[in-house]
Amino acid sequence: MSAIPLTPQAAPGTVDEHPWHLPYRGRIGMYCLIIGESTIFTIFVVAYIFYIGKSLYGPTPQQVLEVPIFNSICLLSSSVTIWLAERNLERRKMSFFALWWGLTILLGLVFLVGTGLEWHKLIYEDGLTISTNLFGTTFYSLVGLHATHVIFGLLGLSLVLIFTLTGKVKEEHAPKIEVLALYWHFVDAIWVVVFTVVYIIGR
Amino acid sequence: MADRTLPIHGALDLTPPREHESTLLETLHSWVVTVDHKKLGLMYMMMAIFFLLVGGVEAICIRIQLAVPNNHFLSPQVFNRFFTMHGTTMVFLTGIPLIFGFANYMVPLQVGARDMAFPRMNAFSFWVTLFGGLLLYYSFLGGSGLYGMGNAPDVTWWAYAPLTARAFSPGHATDYWALALIVTGIGTLGAAINVIATVLCMRCKGMTLMRMPLFTWLMLVDSGLLLVTITPLTAAQVMLVIDRYLGGHFFDTQAGGSAMVWMHFFWIFGHPEVYVLVFPAFAIASEVIPVFSRKAIFGYPAMVAASVGIAFVSLGVWAHHMFTVGMASVSNTFFVLSTMLVGIPTGIKIFNWLATMWGGKIRFQVPMLFCTAFLFQFLAAGLTGIMLSVAPWDWQLHNSYFVIAHFHYILVGAIVFNTFAGIYYWFPKATGRMMNQTLGKWHFWLFLIGFHVTFDTMHFVGFEGMPRWIYTYPADRGWGQLNLVVSIGGIIQGIAVLIFAYNLISSLFVGKVAGNDPWDAWTLEWSTSSPPPDYNFATDPVVRSRRPLWDLKHPEDPDWKYEA
Repeated sequence: MSAIPLTPQAAPGTVDEHPWHLPYRGRIGMYCLIIGESTIFTIFVVAYIFYIGKSLYGPTPQQVLEVPIFNSICLLSSSVTIWLAERNLERRKMSFFALWWGLTILLGLVFLVGTGLEWHKLIYEDGLTISTNLFGTTFYSLVGLHATHVIFGLLGLSLVLIFTLTGKVKEEHAPKIEVLALYWHFVDAIWVVVFTVVYIIGR
Repeated sequence: MADRTLPIHGALDLTPPREHESTLLETLHSWVVTVDHKKLGLMYMMMAIFFLLVGGVEAICIRIQLAVPNNHFLSPQVFNRFFTMHGTTMVFLTGIPLIFGFANYMVPLQVGARDMAFPRMNAFSFWVTLFGGLLLYYSFLGGSGLYGMGNAPDVTWWAYAPLTARAFSPGHATDYWALALIVTGIGTLGAAINVIATVLCMRCKGMTLMRMPLFTWLMLVDSGLLLVTITPLTAAQVMLVIDRYLGGHFFDTQAGGSAMVWMHFFWIFGHPEVYVLVFPAFAIASEVIPVFSRKAIFGYPAMVAASVGIAFVSLGVWAHHMFTVGMASVSNTFFVLSTMLVGIPTGIKIFNWLATMWGGKIRFQVPMLFCTAFLFQFLAAGLTGIMLSVAPWDWQLHNSYFVIAHFHYILVGAIVFNTFAGIYYWFPKATGRMMNQTLGKWHFWLFLIGFHVTFDTMHFVGFEGMPRWIYTYPADRGWGQLNLVVSIGGIIQGIAVLIFAYNLISSLFVGKVAGNDPWDAWTLEWSTSSPPPDYNFATDPVVRSRRPLWDLKHPEDPDWKYEA
């Protein structure tokens, strides 16, 4: 490409000599997505809080909800394991990276299975579906919205795991993997809010 | 003129292009698979203009129906569908694509970047938005579904519950509406993320935040506002779909749900949306007014601060759409005051534009004509806005034609006017040809006259008590003459838009060759050729001030000497 520098009058001192650093676009994009997603969750959380105790008929949260402590511990500790995975990637310990990354997926799966069991109990034993009452509507949509995010997160994490096991992931992919990890941290942080609203305030 | 230096030495790749004749099919294919921000920007613009014409035809039909008392030009059912589709189309399929049409084309050029931050997501966002629009319009054909009732959404563009419940809106028309808006919402979110990432991460060397053109600044603020504006709508639409398809009770008053919740959720989206739509108008005015006044923009930092201020305040005013539903007086007072607060940063902007023109060597070419009209009309719309922000006044005039006149003063008088300004201003950059100035002036004056005939008169129809959404009215109400005037104005505007459309198409082929910098402007997009090559800039530009081209054209008196 035969091109001449754009600043023909670029005598010394006319151009800023400061180094020019801009943030990584993937990170900024993910932050933006997180802001947008947070707003969606805010709307659902507000609806949940507004409708607490407004159901005209049962079952009520007090009667049927059990606090999913084991589930929550699994999901929240997956934030730690993904952080450990990232650290190992930076230090080029690929097998440790794969180990911690796989453990993160496993913990996420345990959470999903736990949610599935909880829903199974609610639907078949307690007779609570999304159309039973307001509690059912708000509960399944809020928890379901979060579970949907977990599923999408797990799909992303699994792709990375497949690429890792086939040896495609290198140290230079760390910034991109960091972006995915950011999303996973967001999913975990949202669970803290959902947990507080659904199982503590709402119960 | 200063054209001798442009395109800037080195902005273009001098390697001779490969000789290649492409067939029609190849050209078409290249547009479908493109990830180029300029082509996507143009496609957004074409989509917006197409739906502007469609929504305009719906408006004209509504006006013909209302022109005389006891008219039966449309059936009542079709009338309901047309005003619903007119509103939905103009907001989601014209207003939002216009933002991203301008932003896609101009932001990478103005910040000296090769493309948007996420080119493939950019293409995805466009196509999702377009198909959302087609989904909405498919409801005219497919909406009746198995139920045979209703073939297009007819629940008004804000679709209050419980009208949208299965019991009152059987068939699939409302589902098309909800799903189409979820789909376009995904596209909008993607495009907004893209603009923010582009502005924050792709700026050329030396382009600090406080050296960015105001157009880029406003697009950044606009996209940031969209992130938290379009998503509540998506959430509310998901709830509506849950109600309609899964038997949920979010808005079902018979199961303890609340119709008010929908109103709040909708307007949490709906009011900031107005600012989202008007920011591109501000953005265009902030480029056109300085260039055609031959002065740097007055009060750049204040303009930036005012934009951010408007975005923040706009998030806390939504319930002024709900004064008549009977909120507590504390809530009413809060929303009265917060709404009035918007007037302060907006006033700062208007004064800064005026101060930019003050003492300038103003060239009243077509873009500047539209921007000048915008200043007056936007002021008038702001004043009726302050009137309506007073709750008792709103109780009197809520949902009357006064409100319709107020917000059309913004939507047409500010947004559509400046969209035309922006198209006349950047058409030479995008196509390499000037738009015809004589036709442009015909377009401007006819549109200005038509606009005022329609919307000035509409205020008075509102004062006389005519409510919105009514299908027709008896002759003895005395609304007949004014309504006829309003409708005539609508037709004048329609003729003006047809002149514009003719000008747009004919200038593409026979317009005067523009050169690279026909307006003697100062931002980076004018430093490359018209139309810009695929790569925009062969080497990354370096800027030292807010007006990099001024610095190049006037090395003896560059801006960076004066900017702190």
